[in-house]
Amino acid sequence: MRHTLSVMVENEPGVLSRVVGLFSGRGFNIESLNVAPTLEEGVSLMTITTVGDEQIIEQIVKQLRKLVTVIKVVDLTELKSVEREMVLLKVNAEDAKRAEILRIVDIFRCKVVDVSVDELTLEVTGDHGKIDALINLLSRFGIKEVARTGTVAMKRALQV
Amino acid sequence: MELTGAQIFLECLKKEGVEVVFGYPGGAIIDIYDQLPNYPFKHILVRHEQGAVHAADGYARATGEAGVCLVTSGPGATNAVTGIATAYMDSIPVVIFTGQVPTPLIGNDAFQEVDIVGITRPCTKHNYLVKDINELAFTVRQAFYLARSGRPGPVLVDLPKDIMQAKAEFVWPEDVSLRSYNPNLTPHIGQIKKVAKLIEKAERPVIYAGGGVISSGAEDELTWLAKSLNIPVTATLMGLGAFPGDDPLWLGMLGMHGTYAANMAINNSDLVLAIGARFDDRVTGKVDTFAPKATLVHIDIDPTSIQKNVAVHVPLVADCKSALSSLKSVIEPILDQTYSEDSHAVWVRQVQQWSETHPLRYNKGGSFIKPQYVVEKVYEISNGDAIVATEVGQNQMWAAQFYKFKKSKSFLSSGGLGTMGYGLPAAIGAQMAFPDRLVVNIAGDGSIQMNIQELMTAVCNDLPVKIVILNNGYLGMVRQWQELFYNRNYCETCMDAQPDFVKLAEAYGAVGFRVTEEKDVVPVLTEAFALPKVCIIDVRVDPEENVYPMVPAGASLADMLLV
Repeated sequence: MRHTLSVMVENEPGVLSRVVGLFSGRGFNIESLNVAPTLEEGVSLMTITTVGDEQIIEQIVKQLRKLVTVIKVVDLTELKSVEREMVLLKVNAEDAKRAEILRIVDIFRCKVVDVSVDELTLEVTGDHGKIDALINLLSRFGIKEVARTGTVAMKRALQV
Repeated sequence: MELTGAQIFLECLKKEGVEVVFGYPGGAIIDIYDQLPNYPFKHILVRHEQGAVHAADGYARATGEAGVCLVTSGPGATNAVTGIATAYMDSIPVVIFTGQVPTPLIGNDAFQEVDIVGITRPCTKHNYLVKDINELAFTVRQAFYLARSGRPGPVLVDLPKDIMQAKAEFVWPEDVSLRSYNPNLTPHIGQIKKVAKLIEKAERPVIYAGGGVISSGAEDELTWLAKSLNIPVTATLMGLGAFPGDDPLWLGMLGMHGTYAANMAINNSDLVLAIGARFDDRVTGKVDTFAPKATLVHIDIDPTSIQKNVAVHVPLVADCKSALSSLKSVIEPILDQTYSEDSHAVWVRQVQQWSETHPLRYNKGGSFIKPQYVVEKVYEISNGDAIVATEVGQNQMWAAQFYKFKKSKSFLSSGGLGTMGYGLPAAIGAQMAFPDRLVVNIAGDGSIQMNIQELMTAVCNDLPVKIVILNNGYLGMVRQWQELFYNRNYCETCMDAQPDFVKLAEAYGAVGFRVTEEKDVVPVLTEAFALPKVCIIDVRVDPEENVYPMVPAGASLADMLLV
């Protein structure tokens, strides 16, 4: 099963490689990884999505917690959380197909961020399912390039 | 008054109570060596950096204190890696200081530069590169704190040359706390009560003790538990000595080369108390069939050890000593009403019967000296009071099987990593800590050649270690596997081209003995052990003797190959 882990770390050189090295050295898999500073000075937040059975995820969480530079690990999969990913997509868009692509852009609330004679570059934000659905729909036009940020996630305020 | 980085560093070691430093100088670390004579440390100059770390590790295992080593950058640091990985796998507190090129040169492929922090990230508990002299004292403090606390382990601090030359005020941080590091020492009392209930109900309980019992100093609590409740005890290689090896409840080691009684006890028990052990594959054999009838209780300070290899029923994250004391305080008040002298009597009789019908044994007689006989004699002549280091392979297993360790911290052996070349430098470290005790390195002819250069370290520091080479002319353990599982294809395991170990001892200024007949084993060992000098005793043993019993890798503990 796919899990989203929110990992708070000390913002110091080498911390990313400690985390990534843990995954590669122990044969765990990283699906996506996103890291940036938080409001708190010296602290960064990593969002890691990974796939594994319960036993593997339990090991990953425990091993992460064992790293001296890791402050906190939360498995958001067990909680109500908001997940988003931003993606840039460059899609073939000859004149005949352009209108249809723009309709899809509307429906998915994407933005067109660059246009050329036969291409459109789209910006889309959403959860995993929405991104997959859009890529699925656009693929028949021919997607030339994709750049994804990887998931960022946050626990919802209200846990019901 | 301002001090240089080198002086601050040495002041820190003084504050940490360091007495001995094992090391090897070089350009990047020269500033510390320049100041070393002004400080009260005993520095042991090794002959190879791997030896420095193993010696610090042996010192740590024998004393329970952190071992310290000091090496230079680049090749000095990379030579240390095997030693660091060895300490990491066995959770030994060692603090390694490496020299580094000056900070402006870092990343420029400077002379003798290597990213040692990157290289040792997966085999240290934590590591540091000091980039600012104002962080130096705090970093050294943290390094010792991390190495010693929680689940112990090696910590490396990389010291750039310009930081050692820079000047600053020395401020010793009395307190150290890390917001992200808070090992859980005290057990959950609910879990402790649950364990007490399980023990009460159990008919066939076994204690399976590991190195964690020794590193937390829980030997007395373990012995109390076993003896008061009449529970048989087995241990891992790392746990040898945690429980007296001459006690009637002692089953011997379990696992691949464990005793029949220990493995059968695990296989038939209804409750296994795993204490400070981590269900290593050399212990469990086939995981699915490990202790198939038992409820598993696992006490360990490291949460990642729990549920990693084996699904346990009752996990308990705590320091072993703290957990066992807590268990004792729950059981002791109800001891008399709940347990009698006959508690588990049927089970203990059964287990002892297994010990009697299938003891550790070997075929005596024949024209060759048997290696097991040599280990037995080392035990008898030393009265069981020696500190025994081993190399890795058959020699290690025979030492573990035939030397009865009565006390903890007297068996020094590379368990997790299985590092050939560990024994001699580890013995040197232990002898440094205990100059008056007999320290014996039980070695193989293959392993001893992996760090033979440390003979010089022992000789010139008057550290009279005794090296007993069980010389069979083979890389014996690999040869044994080739014999049993690879159709006797003895590819590259025959070491018939060998140095003359007696002359080699003499070349280094040590004393050499050669033993080729069984009748000479006792007199030669007796003579060598009484000599206040470094001795090599080259015993020519049966070249084709194997270590038995044996559970083939990946097989169930129930499927043992007996002799």
